[in-house]
Amino acid sequence: MPGITLDNLRWLLASMLMVALPLFFHFDAWITLFALLLGAWRYHIAVRQKPLPRLRILLPLTMLTTITILATYHGSLGRNASVALLTLMMCLKLLESNSRRDAMLLVFIACFLSLAGFLFSQSLLLGAYLILPLIALTVTLVGISHPNGSLPIRLKLRLSGRMLAQAVPIMLILFVLFPRLSGPLWSVPQDAASAMTGLSESMSPGSISEMIISDEITFRAEFKSLLPTPSERYWRGPVFWFFDGQTWRPGSFTRHLPREPLQGRNNPISYSVTLEPHNRKWLFALDLPDTAIPDSTLNHDYQFSARNPVNTRLRYEATSYLQYQLQRELDPAVRKYALQLPSRGNPLTRAMGQEWAASGAEPDVLVQRALDMFREQPFVYTLIPPKLGQDSVDEFLFSSQRGFCEHYAGSFVFMMRAAGIPARVVTGYQGGAINPIGQYMIVRQSDAHAWAEVWLPERGWVRTDPTAAVAPQRIESGFAAALPGSETIPMFIRERYDWLNSLYLGWDAFNNGWNQWVLGYNQQRQIDLLSRLIGRTLSSEQISAALIVSLISIMLLISWVILRDNGKHRDALQVAYSHFLRKLARVGIMRLPHEGPLDFSTRAAASLPEQATAVHDISLTYVKLRYGRTGTDEQLEKLQTDIRKFRP
Amino acid sequence: MKLPSLRIFSSSRTLTHWTSWLRIARPGSNETVLDRRHVYILPTRQGILFSVILISMLIGSINYSLGLGFILTFLLAGLGVVAMLHTWHNLAHLVISPGRTAPVTAGEDATIRLVALDRAGRERLAIGIQQGKTGPIHADIPANDRGELALPVPTRQRGWLSTGRITISTEFPLGLFHAWSYVELDHCCLVYPRPAAPGQPLPTSGADGASSHQYSNAGDDDFYGLRTYQRGDSLRQIDWKASAREQGLLTKQFKGGSSTFRWLDWQATPGRDPEQRIAQLARWVRDAHESGQPYGLRMPGKEISPARGDAHTHSCMETLALFEVPH
Repeated sequence: MPGITLDNLRWLLASMLMVALPLFFHFDAWITLFALLLGAWRYHIAVRQKPLPRLRILLPLTMLTTITILATYHGSLGRNASVALLTLMMCLKLLESNSRRDAMLLVFIACFLSLAGFLFSQSLLLGAYLILPLIALTVTLVGISHPNGSLPIRLKLRLSGRMLAQAVPIMLILFVLFPRLSGPLWSVPQDAASAMTGLSESMSPGSISEMIISDEITFRAEFKSLLPTPSERYWRGPVFWFFDGQTWRPGSFTRHLPREPLQGRNNPISYSVTLEPHNRKWLFALDLPDTAIPDSTLNHDYQFSARNPVNTRLRYEATSYLQYQLQRELDPAVRKYALQLPSRGNPLTRAMGQEWAASGAEPDVLVQRALDMFREQPFVYTLIPPKLGQDSVDEFLFSSQRGFCEHYAGSFVFMMRAAGIPARVVTGYQGGAINPIGQYMIVRQSDAHAWAEVWLPERGWVRTDPTAAVAPQRIESGFAAALPGSETIPMFIRERYDWLNSLYLGWDAFNNGWNQWVLGYNQQRQIDLLSRLIGRTLSSEQISAALIVSLISIMLLISWVILRDNGKHRDALQVAYSHFLRKLARVGIMRLPHEGPLDFSTRAAASLPEQATAVHDISLTYVKLRYGRTGTDEQLEKLQTDIRKFRP
Repeated sequence: MKLPSLRIFSSSRTLTHWTSWLRIARPGSNETVLDRRHVYILPTRQGILFSVILISMLIGSINYSLGLGFILTFLLAGLGVVAMLHTWHNLAHLVISPGRTAPVTAGEDATIRLVALDRAGRERLAIGIQQGKTGPIHADIPANDRGELALPVPTRQRGWLSTGRITISTEFPLGLFHAWSYVELDHCCLVYPRPAAPGQPLPTSGADGASSHQYSNAGDDDFYGLRTYQRGDSLRQIDWKASAREQGLLTKQFKGGSSTFRWLDWQATPGRDPEQRIAQLARWVRDAHESGQPYGLRMPGKEISPARGDAHTHSCMETLALFEVPH
C-alpha cells in the first residue's frame, strides 16, 4: 500500500484536531498536551521525512499512557477515562501509520471519537460545530483515495459537501423511522455530573441564599391547557420535618408513614416537565401531584423520588391539583413528627409560641398573627443576611430580622410548632417564566425557594409562604425583583434588556426544540409522531417496514439523480437519426444491420417514391454531420426539424 | 502498426474463480463502453470496517440515548451509501479503446495502453488499470476528454502479448467501495523474439549461390536504373521528377562499391531448436539493420525482399515474432 502524502496527512491531522477540540475541555491538561505533542511529532516526522518510531519506543509509550490514565482517574474506566484513553490511543496509532489503510482507520476512529464526545454534551452548538470535522474527515478520505498527487482543495471540498448533502435525506429517514429501544442495552457507567445548586438534602440559614446565584435552567415545563398563575407556581421538592437547632432535614422516621390522603378540587392541570440532569433523585411537580411518574415513587408527603439519580435529561408528564385538601385527619404519629422541636435552644421563640397557644386563639388566627409579625415588623428580604449564632431562630426573629426564604420558612415553622400547630418546611422551586416563543415555562436555579405547610383542623395541610408576607414581589416576579436595589446580583438575573431578552428567549426556544425532538426522540416520541402523521397508532413492526420501504425509495431516488445525466449527453444527432429510423420502421422499412445510412436511404426511397427526396436529404445531412469534419448547430437543428416533419 | 481489436470472453476458458462468471467488456467498433452491465461494485475491506464502526456507533447511541449520536451515525451511513453511488458513477460509461503500443523485445516490459474517453461530462479520478498481480496504476480522465491508462507488464515470449483479462477499477471517492470492469484485448502488443548473443557473423551476400534469385549489386555510387518503389526504400532515392511526370514512384538504383545485400535464410540458420534459429535470425536482423545494408528474410512460407530501413526491420521482426508461435 502506498504511503500517505504530506497533504493528506495534514488533512488527517486537522480533522483529528477538530474532532478532539471539544473534548479537550473535559480532559486534564496533561492529556491535551500529550495528544497535541503526539500530533506535532507525527507531523515533524512527515515533514523531515524521518522514519516512524520503532515498536520498542511505541509499545512502552502506549503502556505508560494507559497506566497514567488509569492513575489519573483512579482506576475507574468511566466516561472521562475511556474517552481520554481512546483519544490518546488514536494519537499513538498516528505514530505508526504510514499507509493509506492506516490513515483510513484513523479517520474511522475519529468518527467514533466524535460520538464519544456526545457523552459530555449534546448541545445544539456542538452539533452545529461538528459539521466542520465531518467535512474535514470526508475531504481526508477523498484525498487518500486519489493516489496520484493531491487534488485541488476546492474540488475536494465541493465533492465532500455534495456527498454529505446527498447523505442528509437518508439520515433524516433513518432518524425518524429507525426503531428506538425503550431502554439502554447495558448499564451506563456513572460519572460525577454537576450537582444541583440551591437545593440540597438539608436546609440551614444560608444554604439557599448562598447557592442561588445561578442562571442555569433547572427544568422546562409545557402546559397542555391551563397555565398556573405565578402564585400557583410552587414546585415541590424535598420536605423537611426534623430540626436540630441549626439544620432542617427530611428525618428518617417519616419514611414509613403512609401516603397522606389527597382530595383534589376543581380540575387538575396537566403538564410535562423536561428536567435537566442534576444527579439527584428529585423529580419536581406542581403542588400537589396526582398521577405517578414512571420509574419513581411518591413519598408520603407528595415528593417524587426517581429510582435512579437523574443524570440525563428526563422528560415526564404529570397532573396536579392546584386546589386540594391534604390529610384532613391527622393521626398522632404524624402530629408528633410535625411538632418536633429540638430539646434546647431558641427560648424566646418558644416562649412566644407557648404564649400564643395559651391565648386560646384558633390555629388559623395564630398563623395570621405570625404572618402579621413578618409584615409589620421591619423584616428585610435579602441575599446577604448576617451570620446567625446558636439560637438562630431567636436571633433572626428578634434581632437581625434580615434573611432569605430559608430563614423565613424555617423560623415560621419553628414558631408554629412552638405554638402547637403542626408544621413542616417544604423546599423546591417557586415561579417560572413563560417563554412566549415556544410557549413553555422556564424554571431556573434562581427560582429555588423554601416555604411552609401548616396543618389546620378541617383543612388539612395548608401552604403558607412567609416570604410572601415580607416580599410579595418575590412570588410574582422572582427574587431579583424583591431584593433591595442596592444588592448586587448579576445583571442577567436582575434585569434583561428587551431585545437581549427576546434574543435569549428565542435561543432557548430553539434549544428546547432541539432537546425535545432531537435528543429526546425516544420510542414514545417516535410512535407519537408517526401516529400523528399517519393518523392512527402504529406498531413498531409497521414502523420498521415503513423504514425499509422509505430507505429503498430514497436510494432509488438518489440513484436516479446521480445516474440520470447519462441520457443528457447522448448524441443529439444519433437521437434524431434513431427517431427517423423509428418512423420508417413503423411503416415497415427497417434498416438491416449491414446497411450503411446511404444504402438504406436508397432502399427506403425506392419503397417510398413520393418521399424519396426527403429521405435522401435527411440521410445525406446525417452522414455529413456524423462523418464529416464540421457540423454547425443550425444544421443539426434543421435536420431535427426535417425529421420531425417527416411523415412516411 | 496494427491496431488491436477487442473481443468477447469465450466461454471455453476455465477459471475456478467466481469472477469468471462476470461479464467482460463487449466488442464494438474498436471501442467499448463500460456500461451498467459491465461495471461491478463491492465494498472494500475498509468499507466493511467502516460499517462495523458504524454499527458500534449505533449501539453506543442506543445505549446512551445520544440523539446527536443517531444523527452522526445515520449521516455517516448515508455518506457510505452515497459513496457507493459515486464510486460506481466514477467508472460507469467510460469508453475504452485500445491504445497504440510500440513493439518490444521479449524480456523487456511491454506497456498495455488503453485510451479511456469520458462522454458524460464528468471528470474521472483515480481510474486504475490492473492485470493479474501487476498494478493497479491510476490515472485521471478529464471530462469529455481522453486519458491514457498504461500498465507495464513483463514479457517472456515472442508473439502477440496475451494480456488476458485487464481490470479497470476505481475506489474513488472515499475508498469504501471498489468498482471494477473487465476488458480483454486480442492483440495488445507485439513482442519481438529475443536476439541471440552476438558472435555469429552475418551471412554473406547472395553470391554464395544459396538461392536462385539473382539481384544486381545494389550500391550507392553509380546510377544504373529505376525500379518501382517498394515499401522501405529510402525516400531520398525516389526519382521525384519521374513522379512529377506522373510516372508513379520510382526508386533510383545505384551500383555501389562495396555494398552487399544478404539473405537471412531460415534454412541456412544454425540451430536445432526453432527458437534458437529464430533468436539467431533476430540477432542477424539487428546486426544487418545496424550495418545499414539491405537484407532480405526468407522463412518457410514467407519471404521479404531485401531492403533496408526501419519499416523493413519491423516487418522482418514481426515475421520472426509471429512465426509459428507455440501456444
